[in-house]
Amino acid sequence: MAKVLMKGNEAIGKAAIEAGCKFFFGYPITPQSELPEYLSDELPKVGGTFVQAESELAAINMVYGAAAAGARVLTSSSSPGLALKQEGIGYITNADLPAVVVNMMRGGPGLGTIQPGQADYHMCVKGGSNGDYHNIVLAPASVQEAVDMVMDAFDLADFYRTPVIILSDGLIGQMMEPVEFNYSPKKDLPSKDAWALKGKGNGEKHMIVNLNMDAEDCENHNIALQKKYDVIEADEQSWEEYCMDDAEYAFVSYGTSSRIVKSSVDTLRAAGYKVGLIRPKTLYPFPVNAFKRENIKKYLDVEMSMGQMTDDVKLACNDVNKVVFYGRTGGIILTPEEVVEFGKSVMGGDK
Amino acid sequence: MVQNDKRVTIITGHYGSGKTEFAVNYAMKSIETSPKVTLGDLDIVNVYFRSRERKKQLEEMGIHVISSNLEGDSVDIPAVAAITSPVRDKSTKYIVDLGGNDVGTMVLGRLKPLLDSAETDFLMVVNVNRPDTSSPEGILREMKSIEDASGLKVTGFVNNTNLIRETTAEDITMGDKILKEASKLSGVPIKYTTYVEEVVKDAEKLPDDLGGELFPLKFYMRKDWM
Repeated sequence: MAKVLMKGNEAIGKAAIEAGCKFFFGYPITPQSELPEYLSDELPKVGGTFVQAESELAAINMVYGAAAAGARVLTSSSSPGLALKQEGIGYITNADLPAVVVNMMRGGPGLGTIQPGQADYHMCVKGGSNGDYHNIVLAPASVQEAVDMVMDAFDLADFYRTPVIILSDGLIGQMMEPVEFNYSPKKDLPSKDAWALKGKGNGEKHMIVNLNMDAEDCENHNIALQKKYDVIEADEQSWEEYCMDDAEYAFVSYGTSSRIVKSSVDTLRAAGYKVGLIRPKTLYPFPVNAFKRENIKKYLDVEMSMGQMTDDVKLACNDVNKVVFYGRTGGIILTPEEVVEFGKSVMGGDK
Repeated sequence: MVQNDKRVTIITGHYGSGKTEFAVNYAMKSIETSPKVTLGDLDIVNVYFRSRERKKQLEEMGIHVISSNLEGDSVDIPAVAAITSPVRDKSTKYIVDLGGNDVGTMVLGRLKPLLDSAETDFLMVVNVNRPDTSSPEGILREMKSIEDASGLKVTGFVNNTNLIRETTAEDITMGDKILKEASKLSGVPIKYTTYVEEVVKDAEKLPDDLGGELFPLKFYMRKDWM
């Protein structure tokens, strides 16, 4: 398929359709509204259903219903809207159901701003709902990667029977880039017939439940969930390395920030600094395997937040003293120049 | 080139066709020959990538920028400032950068009664790599919805076919072919064909018979890392 030029939000909508998604339930919010707008036109054309719900709460519970019936289902929002969806995300997780959730982050907390941000790391990676749970979290750094990750997200969701969050930001959502769509399932996906609520007929009775009547049952369910997370942590870590072969210092950055950092790495390399970039593509599971390096003197975490990822970097490299942070927040986009200055200040000034 | 164009240039087009990048470049080009240039950012559709983001740079070049009296980046309401005075002020070149699609032309309701068609161009920017304007039919459908909503007739096309940093002469030539077909069907001429100098490495392969004048662009809206 030839490349076309699409805005991130539209491209994600198309990627979902290409991956077989037939249902979208959501509520508009800047800077992701083009996604529901696109799907409101395009889903009916493929026999799908688009519903603009009366609120984010209603939308996420419609997702719960569609997921329980075995459908491929998507919802999307931006930061405060995703905060509203947290209860439902917890319920869907608890019920072992697959769903894909897109968060085009903006400045926070609260209503914040409508410019891009990355301050929902804690909410999405650590879990903004109650209980012992994780969701798989994917962090694209380009429109093409957002497309590919949305397609992967549907497979991962079905494979592990868990919600998968695409944690992106307003800039990727609003930006135009050339994209192509090539979906082929990467996993051997089990049939949903064993559990989905599709009408009993002559088959077995299925139930999707959230309330446990017995604490021991609930603990056992948690143990089963944890086993699932152990597999995810072992098998699904993903990251990109840039200029890391001989690096003595490593930036750590994801999504939009990582694009800016990449150009700063080029500048610093040209000035003689042995510096590279580790870019997590999965935030849960965090790519701890990328941090098994004795030769790195410092990890320079750069985000559009006040440093929410630094704890994970510290745990991954197992040395709190090695991790330093620079960031902007509230909707301010970093500049390559300030990242270069930060790098120089850590690596010992001008060369 | 731009110095021979009509005094008021209204720039419209499909969502994401590259209107703002073209409008900012057009303003920069205009200030080389016109003593007074005003750029009206009347994008009420989207708050990302609006020409007002380059207000400082434009004003340093001597271009007057009008957008909204509400200056915050986060003001997500369709408020525009005093947009009519440059229509009356015959001493200024006036470039109007609209928001995308038919809905973006809504603000023209305020300008239309004052516009003199003899001194107004209504240019539609087209990128055939955008899915909705990838065929002559798609382009004409989009043009009709813009004309119906605005009550103005498109007077010229701008072939802005690109794949951002992956654009080649072949893309532009393909865009030219499709747009020429739309031009033949509608009678609307192609006014300009754009290309970004730093991106199109094989510009020497561009055919001589491209529609309209060649209009080299620079990236003003898109930063190096985008």
